[in-house]
Amino acid sequence: MIPEIGHFALILALALAACQAVLPLLGAHRDDAALMSVARYATFGHFLFVAISFVCLTIAFLSDDFSVLYVANHSQLALPTQYKISAVWSAHEGSLLMWILLLAGWTAAVAQFRSDMPDKLVARVIGVLGLLSIGFLLFALLTSNPFDRLIPAAMDGGDLNPLLQDPGLAIHPPLLYVGYVGFSVAFAFAIAAMLSGDLDENWARWTRPWTVVAWLFLTMGIALGSWWAYYELGWGGWWFWDPVENASFMPWLMGTALIHSLAVTERRGLFKSWTLLLAISTFSLSLLGTFLVRSGIIVSVHAFATDPTRGFFILAFLAVVVIGALALYAWRAPALDSTAGFNAASRETFLLLNNVLLVVATTLVLLGTLAPLIVEMLNGGKISIGPPWFEVAFLIPMIPLVFLMGFGMHTAWRKQNEGVWFKVLKIPAIAAIVIGVVLPLLFYGRVSLMLVVGCTAAVWVVATALVQPYRSWRRKDGAAGITRSALGMSIAHLGMGLFVLGATIVSAFGIESDRAMRIGETLEVADLQFQLRELREVQGPNYTAIEAVVEVRDGAEFIATVRPQKRQYLVQKNWMTEAGIHPTWNKDLFIALGDQLGDGSWSVRIQYKPMIRFLWIGAFVMALGGMVSVSDRRYRKSKK
Amino acid sequence: MKPRQQRMLAVGLAVVGVAVAAGLTLRAFEENMMFFVEISDVIAGEYPSERNFRIGGLVVADSIQREEGSLDLRFSVTDTRCELDVSYTGVLPDLFREGQGVVAHGRMADNDLFIADKILAKHDENYMAPEVAESLGKHVQDQTASLGGRSSECETG
Amino acid sequence: MNRFLLPLVAVVIMIPIMILGLQSDPSKLPSQYIGKPAPEFSLPTLMDPSKTFSTADLKGQISLVNIWATWCGGCRTEHGFLMELARTNTIPIYAIDWRDKRPEALNFMNQLGNPYVASGFDEDGRVGIDWGAYGAPETFLIDADGIVVYRFTGPLNRALWEQEFVPRIAELQE
Repeated sequence: MIPEIGHFALILALALAACQAVLPLLGAHRDDAALMSVARYATFGHFLFVAISFVCLTIAFLSDDFSVLYVANHSQLALPTQYKISAVWSAHEGSLLMWILLLAGWTAAVAQFRSDMPDKLVARVIGVLGLLSIGFLLFALLTSNPFDRLIPAAMDGGDLNPLLQDPGLAIHPPLLYVGYVGFSVAFAFAIAAMLSGDLDENWARWTRPWTVVAWLFLTMGIALGSWWAYYELGWGGWWFWDPVENASFMPWLMGTALIHSLAVTERRGLFKSWTLLLAISTFSLSLLGTFLVRSGIIVSVHAFATDPTRGFFILAFLAVVVIGALALYAWRAPALDSTAGFNAASRETFLLLNNVLLVVATTLVLLGTLAPLIVEMLNGGKISIGPPWFEVAFLIPMIPLVFLMGFGMHTAWRKQNEGVWFKVLKIPAIAAIVIGVVLPLLFYGRVSLMLVVGCTAAVWVVATALVQPYRSWRRKDGAAGITRSALGMSIAHLGMGLFVLGATIVSAFGIESDRAMRIGETLEVADLQFQLRELREVQGPNYTAIEAVVEVRDGAEFIATVRPQKRQYLVQKNWMTEAGIHPTWNKDLFIALGDQLGDGSWSVRIQYKPMIRFLWIGAFVMALGGMVSVSDRRYRKSKK
Repeated sequence: MKPRQQRMLAVGLAVVGVAVAAGLTLRAFEENMMFFVEISDVIAGEYPSERNFRIGGLVVADSIQREEGSLDLRFSVTDTRCELDVSYTGVLPDLFREGQGVVAHGRMADNDLFIADKILAKHDENYMAPEVAESLGKHVQDQTASLGGRSSECETG
Repeated sequence: MNRFLLPLVAVVIMIPIMILGLQSDPSKLPSQYIGKPAPEFSLPTLMDPSKTFSTADLKGQISLVNIWATWCGGCRTEHGFLMELARTNTIPIYAIDWRDKRPEALNFMNQLGNPYVASGFDEDGRVGIDWGAYGAPETFLIDADGIVVYRFTGPLNRALWEQEFVPRIAELQE
């Protein structure tokens, strides 16, 4: 009964989404206030019914209703409750339902927190979001209904993929999707502006906070995904340039460009048509990412079994959305183009450079991701592009970007006084060069060009990001000296600096060693002693495991006991490596258990990862910066 | 600056950026582009000799040999027509086992041993890399009833 | 040309690439087995290793061959339906237990029931590969001459059965 309610609620949601799409757009076109006022209620109703549907699916999981095909395939009686909940979005049908729920949620939020936006803009934004909802609801109902029945019901389910039975992966997809879906709001604002022909500084002020919130969730989602891959896949790497990762990274890069371009549009009324194009591209890349992941056309380590008919649907949807938006752009954007110029030494120039470099970076990642597809089509054989290419290609635009970032933050709009630059940036510049060379030498006793470039860039960004908050803090009137918006920018850039520092150090000084180890034996890795004390059997709720107890010492000093496991899940029977990690702020000790080698010894992978936490801390600081900046007062005006 | 100049500057910079990056990385692109070569082609001698490539197939039953207490490992991979010996040193991925599909990166040493530097695991046991599936599918047809052992049709180069 | 048209042109060029990419999907390839005699094999049966199940058993009747394993989640899902189908006696269901362990497979049969006339035990996975199996479960429809008529991948259920198999069986019986 409950699954039928869920299915029915989804159909009702489709009907309401249709009202939400058609009536407000028509109302805005005809200037009919009554039609526009429908938007709000249709939106809330739409959200309510999608939420009911989502709750129904969750109940089906919690009550082990194996008469629902999706539940039978992705859950099991003994699955712990928290994973029964996260199993809801563990595969295609459920994650699509979650996507729909989030889209409805974002739309309801726009309707509710409309700030001082005019009715017509709200109506158009909601209408465009309604059109997108129709597409996704049709996708779910026609090709991927999560409520399909399984008659007769299975006795027990096929279990959730053990890799997904992990807290990191329970929250990673929702965060990622909040980000992905959130860019649809920026997209809707762009379409609304083109429909009406009104694009001014206020439009940018209304669009900006929504875009930043989407961006900050995507930032956290990607960071969590990277963290999960690090400890759960048992490889110890944190980024693999895998197509699935690239799929989430490209909208992030484009979204970052969009945030910066929106700043120029808001403050100076410039870059208008460019901002529109970025808003369309960012959301299009989100859709492209979904297409690549779900259609299986690109070979990926992350790939799960996929379905080409779904690929066709997403592709058709993608084509309609992107071609429609770009045709509208070709038609309407010329009229919106800005006419004012700006000085070469101005913040506008730096933000332009930021945009150019980020777009170059996105293009390169896209090229690398699609290259295997293009080569195969040209009958060049089946190829794959290795991570080293991405690393080199990506760094080319990123290194100048990071150095320019420090200047950009301290450059005035319109025209910069060059003397002020010298005064403000002298100390950070000296600090960056000195620390950039000394830090690797002092702590790790080795230095190379890339290392100096990386460390200098990181310290430069951290130092320049701190200048403005520091100066306003030292002044007597305290925090009043800096706006939330500027503070948020400083924090986000600080996060970027921390990230660069972590990435540089862990790439240069990380140690990875595959060894054989038997009980009582001590191995030396990174000047630390690892002793295998014992192997024991451990019983989990739905798995059994062999656990190695490894004691780590630094000479006489005890550091930690690390317990890597090899788990066998009871239903699916496959073995899973559960790495043992001893994390501290400046390094991780990582041990993964391999196989039995026959004479009582085991293969183990021991890794020493200095400053690896800075990667994820940096990303979360970036997200925090976004949160601070959207709390700025000017985004909270209410309608007069 | 005039808007027109700005625009030209931005577009110019972007084009230069992509061109420089693409130019600088073209060599790296060549080096990092790894071809997938079917086992039968490897046995026939048709593989890039000076560079890394990928192979894939099924791990032959009872072919895994390891020296006790060592991380060195040897096994055979088959596309159901030909078999290729592979050597690897290191920790194996979780889903590596006899009879399972496998993808390996590496290069040929001599004419009959593939030195793998990377063995790939998949998230999902029921899933086989499409290129491996395609290669197996192609060769299964060549065979009729030869179960196990090398098929006589396997031609060496 | 209007520079605002450029993005549109770029996308219009990219879309055919994606469509072609979709069409090269490998999971559509194995249609090569359709219309050909079932691959030759001979396997010990799961229940009694001294007996064999081979291609000859498939001749003289319309039958199903189901590829399954205990490690496969989808097989567990479809098992209830296969039991129901076996009870109706519409069609004999044969099976290939693919890349499995005997004690676990026997345990699975004891717990959930055995819908199969015979289940070949394919320990090293050779026969499954000969049939072109990418994963489990897969179900093949074989006609009375031992020709493969249809291949279905993924877990079966009643609705899919009615839709994909019933009309084909009816056609064969004519």
